[in-house]
Amino acid sequence: MTWLLVVEQILNGLQLGVMLFLVAAGLTLVFGIMNLVNLAHGSLYMIGAYFAVAFLGWTGSFAASVVLTLLATLVVGMLVEVVALRTLYERDHLDQVLATFGLILFFNELVAIVWGRAALFASVPPALGGFVELLPGLRYPVYRAVIILVGLAVALLLYVVVGRTRLGMLIRAGASNRTMVAALGVNIRLLYTVVFGFGAALAGLGGLMAGPIYTVQPGMGEELLIEVLVVIVIGGIGSIRGALVGAVVVGMVDTLGRAFLKPMLGTVVSPAAADSAGPALASMLIYILMAAVLYFRPQGLFPAVRSR
Amino acid sequence: MRTLKAALAFALVAALLAVQARAAEPVKIGFITTLSGPAGIIGKHMKDSVELALDHLGRKVGGLDTEIIYGDDQRKPDVGKQLADEMLKKHRVNFVSGVIWSNVMLAVAPTVTGAGTLMVGTNAGPHELAGKMCHELYFTTSWQNDQTPEAMGKYMQDQGLTDVYAMAPNYAAGKDMVSGLKRYFKGKIVGEVYTKLGQQDYQAEITQLRAANPKVVFVFYPGDMGIQFLKQYAQAGLRGQIPLYSVYTVDEISLPAVGDAALGNYETRYWSPDLKNEANAKYVGDFRKKFGYTPTFYGAQSYDGVMLIDSAVRAVKGDLSNKKGMVAAMRKADFKSTRGPFTYNHNHHPIQNFYLLRSVKGPGGEIEMQIQKTVFENHKDAYHQDCPMK
Amino acid sequence: MTRPRRGLVTLAALVALAVVPLIAGLANQPFYLDLFRRIMIFAIAAVSLDIILGYGGMVSLGHAAYLGIGAYAVAVPALHGVHSAWVQWPLAMALSALAALIIGAVSLRTSGVYFIMITLAFAQMLYYIGISIEPWGGDDGMRLARRSQLGGVLDLADPHVFYYVVLAMLAVLLLVGERVIEARFGTVIRAVKSNEPRLQAIGVAAFRYKLAAFVLAGAVCGLAGALLANQTEYLTPSYMHWTRSGDIIVMVILGGMGTLAGPVLGAATFLLLENVLAAWTVHWQIILGPLLVLVVLFARGGLLSLLPGGGARDG
Repeated sequence: MTWLLVVEQILNGLQLGVMLFLVAAGLTLVFGIMNLVNLAHGSLYMIGAYFAVAFLGWTGSFAASVVLTLLATLVVGMLVEVVALRTLYERDHLDQVLATFGLILFFNELVAIVWGRAALFASVPPALGGFVELLPGLRYPVYRAVIILVGLAVALLLYVVVGRTRLGMLIRAGASNRTMVAALGVNIRLLYTVVFGFGAALAGLGGLMAGPIYTVQPGMGEELLIEVLVVIVIGGIGSIRGALVGAVVVGMVDTLGRAFLKPMLGTVVSPAAADSAGPALASMLIYILMAAVLYFRPQGLFPAVRSR
Repeated sequence: MRTLKAALAFALVAALLAVQARAAEPVKIGFITTLSGPAGIIGKHMKDSVELALDHLGRKVGGLDTEIIYGDDQRKPDVGKQLADEMLKKHRVNFVSGVIWSNVMLAVAPTVTGAGTLMVGTNAGPHELAGKMCHELYFTTSWQNDQTPEAMGKYMQDQGLTDVYAMAPNYAAGKDMVSGLKRYFKGKIVGEVYTKLGQQDYQAEITQLRAANPKVVFVFYPGDMGIQFLKQYAQAGLRGQIPLYSVYTVDEISLPAVGDAALGNYETRYWSPDLKNEANAKYVGDFRKKFGYTPTFYGAQSYDGVMLIDSAVRAVKGDLSNKKGMVAAMRKADFKSTRGPFTYNHNHHPIQNFYLLRSVKGPGGEIEMQIQKTVFENHKDAYHQDCPMK
Repeated sequence: MTRPRRGLVTLAALVALAVVPLIAGLANQPFYLDLFRRIMIFAIAAVSLDIILGYGGMVSLGHAAYLGIGAYAVAVPALHGVHSAWVQWPLAMALSALAALIIGAVSLRTSGVYFIMITLAFAQMLYYIGISIEPWGGDDGMRLARRSQLGGVLDLADPHVFYYVVLAMLAVLLLVGERVIEARFGTVIRAVKSNEPRLQAIGVAAFRYKLAAFVLAGAVCGLAGALLANQTEYLTPSYMHWTRSGDIIVMVILGGMGTLAGPVLGAATFLLLENVLAAWTVHWQIILGPLLVLVVLFARGGLLSLLPGGGARDG
């Protein structure tokens, strides 16, 4: 076990975390500002992946498909918000969970009807294939490095928009006191629709980036959705900073656990026991982590402060 | 006079109906598979193949009108069992067939055989049903799960390969695949890694794999796990460096989604679309014409299942109450299978050949699996000694 | 729906269920016996969830874990030759109660979405543990050697006997549940849902009551798990998967939460719909999905509120 191996695994963990952050950011934004639990966020991620494949097929250009996918997911997100989700803002979380779960079933089947049940072909664009030598002896796939950069760029963008622009100020104000903001003459409804669309576009971006390395098929959002929910719960719901920290922590713990838990166990117990206990523990690791965090801080690491 | 005529007409009609009722007793077949959800694509392959088989038989199994009832098990054993109960008690089927998943099969098969009905499995091959739990009324047209990795193990052993790194998901089938490999491969295994079921990102495992410096990689990753692993394996640059051998990972369902990332991959299987025999040429050709895509082994097995049932009903001349006769007929495997001629072992699992396949660029430019050589001839499964049947 | 009205609905439902075997026998359709027995077993699980969800406002996405624990508590002893229900079923309830105690002690410190997620996490942990225990079949599951026997008097292998045993359990559960809800214990639980801080202010140790309700719900669901193992004569760790918990939550909401009778209606509707729709089209999920959304948006009290006399619910 060389230190180079450890460095590469840390990079892998960071990349996994950043991917989770891309999807978590939209979810936590919507939750924090509109107090809406949106399980269908995973479906928006899936739709992003499907759109990316479709637009690439039509235009033949990766750059064009990126722009079109972001726009399309933004539009779909706003549509869903206006048609299905508006009435849910005043409801309790349970109703929201149920209704958005119904949306998941609907979107999965819709996608299966339009594109069929078989997985679609999506691969890394040739321009982003290949490797980059980050350190002597450490060759890292370009595409994965790009994911890290894009994720960090999005984090920076969100920090700037939410913290330093007028829109961001409206968003933060709407989160802490919706009635007051409406009373001051701001079109809250429009604000919410725009924010939701933005969150959907972020999910779509996640799906677009994930397509080439994961499988594009109906239901691809569910597995990720659970991990993303774990991330925002650990980070603190409504906090973008929490989403970033939570995502990176989850990515690291999961990756390093999968890589090093079995060898480490192997030094303590017999190889046969490590063989079965290792993978089982590794798959439970993020849940154990979440339980531990919630035990000491029941509101997550960076809970967003709210006053109604 | 009119009443007499009416009575005569009535009697005539009644007699005709009575004759009809006795003569045209249809064959009812229940087919359980997964039709919804992500794995629904496999169910579609099976259903389409069953439909083609019925077309080839003129919609008459064994010469009798046939009614086929499909059930969607949603990949859940308790739903599968409920479907079996419904087919047996409500629809009163004469045969139950299908079932993709081992755990669903272990719930369904005993239910069907326990009710005295014949079951023809067309995919799942859990070792319990080949061994201790074998039953007179249970047949399978597929294989026993371990046979496929055993063939891979034999090939690797014969080739003198060494430094093998094995990966599979951490569940019963995953463990079975690796133990099947090790039954015939006695060389050096430098790594045996089990990953989380349904895992999407394998970057961490691929990094570890590279560090272990193997000469050969063996994996078992069915469904979407396979697509993900293959893509990431290729992106890590390992495709050209370390040859990849797999079972149930690269097939006609995953190939379109993976494309070039699967080039050069080796698999072992009992069948391939390019296997040369009369029945297979007809099956693959007509399937492509009717449905517009290439069938997989799931389909070939389901097609054979219908043909096996047909041969049994034919042998007893339509007398569906003669179960012993049908069992005896099935044991003979007297039908034209898509895999060519084969025989049944006493545990009602096929004794068949296994081939080495490789994914190469076909004449049309797309990637397809082609048979390279025969690895096993008339291979028996490893559990038949545990079966008490003669 | 007022209490006497609900009582009437409950009675009607129980009578209808009691008559099903007779109708099934007359129509020569024994399948319906199995179908409705499965509905009743899930109804028991749904009612147990209603105690904490409907009345206590605790949304647990890990409730199916007790289905699994209860099932294993039947199958593992059966593997070793112990078939008596007097041993298996109390074991199922005791183990589930113990698990609920541990899970509740950690989870009930949180609330809202955090509570939902942590209960999901525990269910998933149990699921992954179940998959890796090879002597118990891993995810291939375990076969039940034979159904439980009630001390040589009643043998559940007889489908009619089994049916009426399950019906009796459901009836007892509904009766006792109603009593508990009306008693002090139930009042406190309902107060937790509507205004916990006020409850704390008047000096009631809410946490202890919540935990007790959580354990009670878990134990009853464990019994449902034992019955489910008998029903299918087979079990897999997938009984504990969080999506199963989701199914049970849907049954509770669909029927009308906080009513005890509602979940029974919800279980019947959900499972019957699933059975009928799936036979009709492969794309049944595209119908079930929006249906769920519509019920949530427009039928706030669930199906129970759509019945004559429905509407405002107490509790």
